[in-house]
Amino acid sequence: MEVIHLQTPLKQEDVKGLRAGDYLLISGIMYTARDSAHRRMIEALDNHRPLPIPLPGSIIYYAGPAPAPPGKPIGSIGPTTSYRMDSYAPRLIEEGLSMMIGKGSRNKLVQQAMIDHEAVYCAAWGGAGALLAGCVKNAKCIAYEELGPEAIYELEVENFPVMVVNDTIGQDAYELMGGQQ
Amino acid sequence: MRKILYRDIVEATAKACIEANIIASSDLIEAYQRAITKEVDELSGRIMHDLYENAKLAKSHHLPICQDTGTAVIFLEIGQNVLIDGGFLMDAFQEGVADGYQKGYLRKSIVSHPLTRKNTGNNTPAVIHVDIVAEDVFKVTVAPKGGGSENMSRLKMLTPSEGLEGFKEFVFETIRLAGPNPCPPIVVGACLGGNFESCALQAKKNLLRPIGQRHSDPELSILEEKWLEEINALHIGPQGFGGKTTAFDVHLEFLPCHIASMPAAVNLNCHVSRHQQFEL
Ligand code: SF4
Repeated sequence: MEVIHLQTPLKQEDVKGLRAGDYLLISGIMYTARDSAHRRMIEALDNHRPLPIPLPGSIIYYAGPAPAPPGKPIGSIGPTTSYRMDSYAPRLIEEGLSMMIGKGSRNKLVQQAMIDHEAVYCAAWGGAGALLAGCVKNAKCIAYEELGPEAIYELEVENFPVMVVNDTIGQDAYELMGGQQ
Repeated sequence: MRKILYRDIVEATAKACIEANIIASSDLIEAYQRAITKEVDELSGRIMHDLYENAKLAKSHHLPICQDTGTAVIFLEIGQNVLIDGGFLMDAFQEGVADGYQKGYLRKSIVSHPLTRKNTGNNTPAVIHVDIVAEDVFKVTVAPKGGGSENMSRLKMLTPSEGLEGFKEFVFETIRLAGPNPCPPIVVGACLGGNFESCALQAKKNLLRPIGQRHSDPELSILEEKWLEEINALHIGPQGFGGKTTAFDVHLEFLPCHIASMPAAVNLNCHVSRHQQFEL
C-alpha cells in the first residue's frame, strides 16, 4: 500500500492533493475534541471569544482517550463516530480547519464544506485504541479539563495511520470501496 | 441457604471490568485470525491484521482494547437460595464497577443526565439485569458496551403479517444503515417476539454467546448461518472499506409474544466484543 507522509501544520497544497482512499502517516500535532468540546467551541465563535486551538492547518481528532496509566503519555485512543459532530463541523471548516479524523460517514453539508473550503476527512481504525496509543508521544490537556475524556488534548503524534474518506473534490472512500449507498 | 459476601462481589466485579476491557476472549481472537486468512485484499487484510495486533498489544501493554470502555452492563443469574452478607447486592456491583474503572485506567463514559451531561466520574451507574434461578447459583457476566455500536441498534414493532421476511429486512436494513459506524466486523444480536422491552433485552443477551456458537434450535441455527453469509456479502467489510468480513457472527432468538404484536430488535456489537464471566 502506498504511504503518504504528512507533517503538521498541514499546508493547503498538501490537503488539496489528497484523494479518497489515500493512506497517510501523520506526524506533528493534533487536537482531540468530541461532542461537548465542539459545542463549546461553537459557542465561543458565536460570542466572538478566542478558540483554545488554532484552526488553519490543524487537525481535529474525534477521540476521547482512556486515562494514561503510569509511565505512558496516554491510554487507548481510537476514533469516535464522526456523524455526531456533523452539525458543528461546517462552521469549523469555514474558519479554516484542515482535517478531521474519526470513523464513519459524514453528511452532505460537511462534505460540501470540505469541497468549498478545502478540508479533508480521514478515518482511523475504530476499536484500535491500544495500537493508536503507540503513535502518541506526548499528550496534554489544553482546554475544558472538567469534561474529563471529552476535554481537548493536544497530542504529539508520530506516524499516526489514517485513510482519507472525503477529499476536496467530493469523493467518498466508503462509497468507492465499501459498498455504501 | 448459601451466603455470598458483599466484598467478594465488589472485588470480582472490579476484576471482571478490567479483564473484559483489556483481554480479548479466545473466541474473538479466533475470529480475528479467521478473518485475516479470508481478507486477501491488501487494505481489508491490513485492517484485520491491525485489529488483531491491537488486541494483542492491549493485553501485553495492559491497555483497554478500545478507549470506549463502555457502559458496564451486568447480567446476574442468582439462585433463590442465595443470601448476600454485608451490604446490598446492587451496591456491590456499582462499587465494583467504580473500583474497576478507576484502578484499571478505564475510561469513564457515563453522564448523570441526558441533557446536562455531567460525567459521573466513575462510570456508574452500571446497567444491571437480574435473572432469579433455582438453587444457589451466583453467575455474573460483565459486558462493557461501546456507544458507537449501541447507537446503531434499533427496535421496531412489526406486525405479525410481516413474518420472517419483515424481520430479515429490518435486520439487514439496520446493518446497511450502520455501515462503517459500529466498527465492523460487527456481531449481530437480533430477537423477534417478546414485548417492547424483553425483545431489546434478548437481542443484547444474544451478544453474550461466543462467536461461532450456533443456536441449539436447528431452525435458528440454519438461519444464523444463512444470514451471516448474506451479511458478509453486503461487502461493507472491515471498518466499512469493503471486504469479506462485515460480521463475525449473528445470534438470533425467537420469543413468545402477544397475538397483536411482533417486535424486532437488533443490537449491534463492534469487533471489540467484550464479556467476562465469574461465579461465586
Ligand atoms: S463501537 Fe466498539 S470498537 Fe468502535 S469505538 Fe465504540 S467501543 Fe470501540
